[in-house]
Amino acid sequence: MNIGILLKEGPYNHQASDTAYKFAEAAIAKGHKIDAVFLYNDGVTNVTKLGDPPQDDRNIAARWSELAQKNDFKVLACIAASKRRGINDDVLIEGSEITGLGTLTDIAIRNDRLLTFGD
Amino acid sequence: MLHTINKSPFENNTFVTCVRFLQPGDPVLFIEDGVYAVQAGNRFGALIQSVLKKNNPVYALKPDLDARGISAIAEGVKSVDYAGFVDLVEEHQVNSWL
Amino acid sequence: MDTDIKKIMHVMRRAPHGSIYTYEGLEMILIMAAYEQDLSLAFIGDGVYALKKNQDTAGIGIKGFSRTFMALEGYDVEKLYVDRQSLEERGLTEDDLVVDVEVMEASEIGRLMTEQDVVIHH
Repeated sequence: MNIGILLKEGPYNHQASDTAYKFAEAAIAKGHKIDAVFLYNDGVTNVTKLGDPPQDDRNIAARWSELAQKNDFKVLACIAASKRRGINDDVLIEGSEITGLGTLTDIAIRNDRLLTFGD
Repeated sequence: MLHTINKSPFENNTFVTCVRFLQPGDPVLFIEDGVYAVQAGNRFGALIQSVLKKNNPVYALKPDLDARGISAIAEGVKSVDYAGFVDLVEEHQVNSWL
Repeated sequence: MDTDIKKIMHVMRRAPHGSIYTYEGLEMILIMAAYEQDLSLAFIGDGVYALKKNQDTAGIGIKGFSRTFMALEGYDVEKLYVDRQSLEERGLTEDDLVVDVEVMEASEIGRLMTEQDVVIHH
C-alpha cells in the first residue's frame, strides 16, 4: 500500500508529529511505502534544524530526517505556510523540501491512502 | 471507513459529533488523548456500548493507553499497537477527526 | 496507478479567526480546485460559523475570508454540505450564510464520507 501523510501540527506542543512518526515506522516495517509526508499549518516547523531539544528528549526534526532518507521519501513543507512561519531553505533538515499545495494534491491523487495527523 | 479520534471526550465533543456521522460497520480508533473515552467506568461507557451495538468495532491505541496509565478499558473495546493501526488503514479509507 | 478522478472531501470543523485552520484550509481547497478532482466541503460544528454573513474583521487586524467561499463556484466547487444539527443548535438558518449550501442530515453526510478516497479535516 502506498501512503501519503499530511501533518498539520508542529512538534512538541502536540502529539500529532509523534503519532505520525510511529505510524510511518510501523507502516514501513510492514512493507508499505511512505510516499511523502506533507507539512501544513504549524506542521511546517517540524523540519527546522534549528531546534535543539534536551539530550534526554527525542529530536523530532532529526528523527524525521533520518526516517525520510533511509526510506527514500521526502518531508515536504508547504511554501505558503512556511513563509508565514519563517521556514525557508536555509533552516531545512536533510530529506526535506519546500513545495506547493499542488504537490499535496498529487500526493492525494497518486496514493492508496492520505492520512491526516494534527490537533 | 476508519474514523480516528484524538481528543479527550471530557474536553471536546469530537467523539459525540463523530458518532452522529458514523455509518454501520465503520470502525472507530481512539488515539492520543482520545483514548480517555474508553477507560472503564467513565461516563462515556454507554455511548461506547451503543456504538458497539450498531456493529461499529471500537479500538484504542495501546501505546497511548499505556502512556496515560489506562489499564481497564470498556468491554468490547480492542486495543491495537501501531502495527494494528496500519492494518486498519490497509482495510479502510481513513477519516481523521481532528 | 489509479487514474480515475479522486473524491476528496474537506471538512470544516472550526470557527474562523480564533485559529488559522479554516483560513489555511480554504487556501488548500482553492489550489486543489484547479486539479479537477471531485471536491466537496462539509461544514460541521463550529465550521458553520465560517460561512456566517456580516463578518467584519477590521477590528481584530486579521484578513477576513468568508467572501472567498463565494469564489468556489467559479472553480466548479459546488458541493457544499452543512450539517443541519450544527446549524440549528447555533441558532442559524441558511439565510445567515454567505453562500448557497445543501443543509443535510448527519447520516447523509456520513454516507458521503464513506464514498471518499480522501477526507481532510481543517
